[in-house]
Amino acid sequence: MAACGLHCLKIKHITVAIGDNVLIRDINMHAHCGELTAIIGCNGAGKSTLLKAILGELAHTGSVEFSGHDGAPAEGLRIGYVPQSLKVDGGSPSTVYDMMASLVTKYPIFLPRRPKTVKYIKEHLNKFNAVGLLDKKLGQLSGGELQRVLLATATLPKPDLLVLDEPVSGIDRAGMQLFYKLIVDLKSKLDMVIILVSHDLEFVRNNADHVLLINRGVEATGSAQKVFASAAFRREFPNADFSHKGG
Amino acid sequence: MMDFFLGWWQYEFMRYAFFAILLIMPLFALLGTMVVNNGMAFFSDALGHSSLTGVGVGIILGMSNYKPAMVIFAVVFALLMNKIRHSRLSSTDTVIGVFSSCGVALGLIFMSYKGSFSRYQSLLIGDILSVTRDELVVLAVILPIVALLWVVCFNRFHSISISPELAGSRGIPVRLLDNLFVAVVAVVVMLAIHWVGLLIINAMLILPAAAARHVAKNTRSYLLTALAFGLFSGFFGLWLSYSISVAAGPAIVLISAILYFATFIVREKR
Repeated sequence: MAACGLHCLKIKHITVAIGDNVLIRDINMHAHCGELTAIIGCNGAGKSTLLKAILGELAHTGSVEFSGHDGAPAEGLRIGYVPQSLKVDGGSPSTVYDMMASLVTKYPIFLPRRPKTVKYIKEHLNKFNAVGLLDKKLGQLSGGELQRVLLATATLPKPDLLVLDEPVSGIDRAGMQLFYKLIVDLKSKLDMVIILVSHDLEFVRNNADHVLLINRGVEATGSAQKVFASAAFRREFPNADFSHKGG
Repeated sequence: MMDFFLGWWQYEFMRYAFFAILLIMPLFALLGTMVVNNGMAFFSDALGHSSLTGVGVGIILGMSNYKPAMVIFAVVFALLMNKIRHSRLSSTDTVIGVFSSCGVALGLIFMSYKGSFSRYQSLLIGDILSVTRDELVVLAVILPIVALLWVVCFNRFHSISISPELAGSRGIPVRLLDNLFVAVVAVVVMLAIHWVGLLIINAMLILPAAAARHVAKNTRSYLLTALAFGLFSGFFGLWLSYSISVAAGPAIVLISAILYFATFIVREKR
């Protein structure tokens, strides 16, 4: 399905404060389906905090609105979320199947597996080069494998809004490239709004349709080209050199 | 020979203890799997300690049967501890440590009032042979309720244990279910504490699940193995206690502990 470009996520005046400590202030953002919106900023700039506010996990002021084709608010926004990491240790018995099945079906995962559910999950994992991981324990996946599985989980069933919190480290270069390729594929194929917190400026530069540079507040926003050429970008990332690359 | 294995059946209190184990060990095994998944071993330990305060409150209120006071207090205690645990104001370890010590201190003060402490010593060690018919009926009601809760909510509990954020993004009411879970653990721990004793009740909750983790291939085998380990240690421990005249609770825990170490070795050798 191609993107319709009519779904819209509007984030208005989002502020998150814990006591006197303002983590992010007055953030505004519009994101459309079929577009990849990247949130960048240095460590501690409030990127993950913003995502958590969008997900409704952190108390915030301001509003998060999602509207459908007719511009009216869409009820029951379906969110796909790829967290930075999971709360499982190496000894956890939970497998990829357990995680996905427990999220997509109410049929208890401790009862014998239903072939229908196994097939449904396998087919979906196959699109993410991850079908072989079905029975692997979550705690034993490599960083890249886990990211692919989490991406597959977030898109089952297809969400209206895909929110990705990219891990800072722990994934090798090849794993990251594959992960990015899958995101670009998803963007072109599925009708959804994608928001990505990324540390990979090169990927953002080449693939994001819209970039939001934050440091507690919005420092710069617009196309990748515009944000990367801004004074705020040079201030936040003094060591980044994109001057030799064409638009 | 038959008498060696089945001699205990002729005693009514042993038969009651047998049925108590048949009901309580599956309950503990089911709840234990999620307690271990959530890294809440210390939490449930503190809950056990809170039983002292519950009894103390019952005494102060002049209740002849202090069990309802214990259950209600433990649920309140668990919910409060959960609220502070999630407030991110302090580390979880510290919060639980503080609650646990307060629970014990308050309970001991109430119970030692007018020198009546010795009456409540059974709470520390427990005696599974003291189970009554009425208590078995209560357990027989609770077990299907928890089993039903597991059928209806297990997938959501599981999702929360893997990632509360991921579960929340799917519309799962994370905090509500978390509170429901700790409240159920509180009720079950309080119902069993007289038979097991607060010194070892947590071991009974944790060990079958912890041992099952060593050998489980997935969540389904985790639950089934924990159930099998729980029932095996329960019955074997009871039989051992009858055969060599030792307390049943500790015998059960010791067998669970042996299973824990044995499965650990099995896993390391794989």
